[in-house]
Amino acid sequence: MINKILDRMEEAFSGLKDGATIMVGGFGGSGIPHDLIDCLVNQDAKDLVIITNNAGSGETGIAALLKARRVRKIICSYPRMADSHHFETLYRSKQIELELVPQGNLAERIRAQGAGLGGFFTQTAYGTLLAQGKETRLINGKHYVFETPLAADFALIRALRADRYGNLVYRKAARNFGPVMATAAKTTIAQVSEIVEIGEIDPETVVTPGIFVKHVALVKGPV
Amino acid sequence: MSQHNLKPITRNEIAQKIALHIDEGSYVNLGIGMPTLVANYLPEDKDIFLHSENGILGMGPAPEKGLEDWDLINAGKQPVTLEPGGAFFHQADSFAMMRGGHLDICVLGAFQVSQSGDLASWHTGEADAIPAVGGAMDLAVGAKKTFVMMEHQTKDGMSKLVEKCTYPLTGVGCVAMVFTDLGIFEITPHGFLVKELFNGMSIETVQAVTHAQLIEGN
Repeated sequence: MINKILDRMEEAFSGLKDGATIMVGGFGGSGIPHDLIDCLVNQDAKDLVIITNNAGSGETGIAALLKARRVRKIICSYPRMADSHHFETLYRSKQIELELVPQGNLAERIRAQGAGLGGFFTQTAYGTLLAQGKETRLINGKHYVFETPLAADFALIRALRADRYGNLVYRKAARNFGPVMATAAKTTIAQVSEIVEIGEIDPETVVTPGIFVKHVALVKGPV
Repeated sequence: MSQHNLKPITRNEIAQKIALHIDEGSYVNLGIGMPTLVANYLPEDKDIFLHSENGILGMGPAPEKGLEDWDLINAGKQPVTLEPGGAFFHQADSFAMMRGGHLDICVLGAFQVSQSGDLASWHTGEADAIPAVGGAMDLAVGAKKTFVMMEHQTKDGMSKLVEKCTYPLTGVGCVAMVFTDLGIFEITPHGFLVKELFNGMSIETVQAVTHAQLIEGN
């Protein structure tokens, strides 16, 4: 019997090594897998590369990981948020590397990896600082920039509901990066608020099919 | 020099002017900051669909106090609502809408717009500034029409309509129309074409504070 639901969240991180690349879902404060990040903070792995949209704010989530000095590099679109002081301090003192990626490129580079594509050409960022040094091509009279896929060892995402096969349903705009990140990591761990029996999720409404999910961590309480 | 001749309109009035340029049935993305004001002036009797980059179509206004749902936020991370008939989707789908030419209009704020339609809106280029781009570069080149909403001048009186941008670019040749507190300008192959000047200002008055050639409209 396949059962992807974890007894202990720590089990999901057993293969974690120094230097690992980890995708973390969420946009602003929505869809952040807080308990999975806390669990990651409690592991010893360091020199991590984090792929996420924002660089955390306050003291929790990504900010806690930064504060614990576990992150060598962050790949994101919008590191500046209200109270993102841990990122700012590390960035200004050059203790963290930043790869700034337009948000659409971030999503599509992750999607490309998940779909087995070697990259794609996009009009986004052509002629700007963020396309410097990148291959360009004229296609049907328009300028495009070549972007490469983004892969990860782990993806930590948040969903509303799962079954033991790892089928996922999300809640409102907290869906954001979850479905694409789930496809692009060797090990995807979903934090969910509810577990239901097999067959209880209408197959027409499954957003992330279980094939993309390795572990499910049930954390009760509000999403 | 001729600042005292200027008769600017308010930000809310600029938002009203932009709303008049949005047709029924349009799919529209309003950028963070000043452009969000446009939502307040969209006619209620017309179906206009607001898109939010984090994965919402049919975005509605802010909820009443106490009814906030933090899984339902806009690109500026503020709580919003969903209109009947709205939809949620993931980031790759959301940016396919933005980058694939499916949005009719996006309205963005800007530091500078050049006469060839280059947009500078994401970075001042200062050494200690923390760069952040979000979806601005995707929107700027992906929407069918990119509108810019901004003050005509900086607080120091520098023109934000320029011959060539001095700030780092967000997109090349991507702007269609510029709405400022002094007038409405269309980007044409010849430069800034004046569509409207507010409060009866003359083209000479506005040209005096604009560091790019204005072309008289009809």
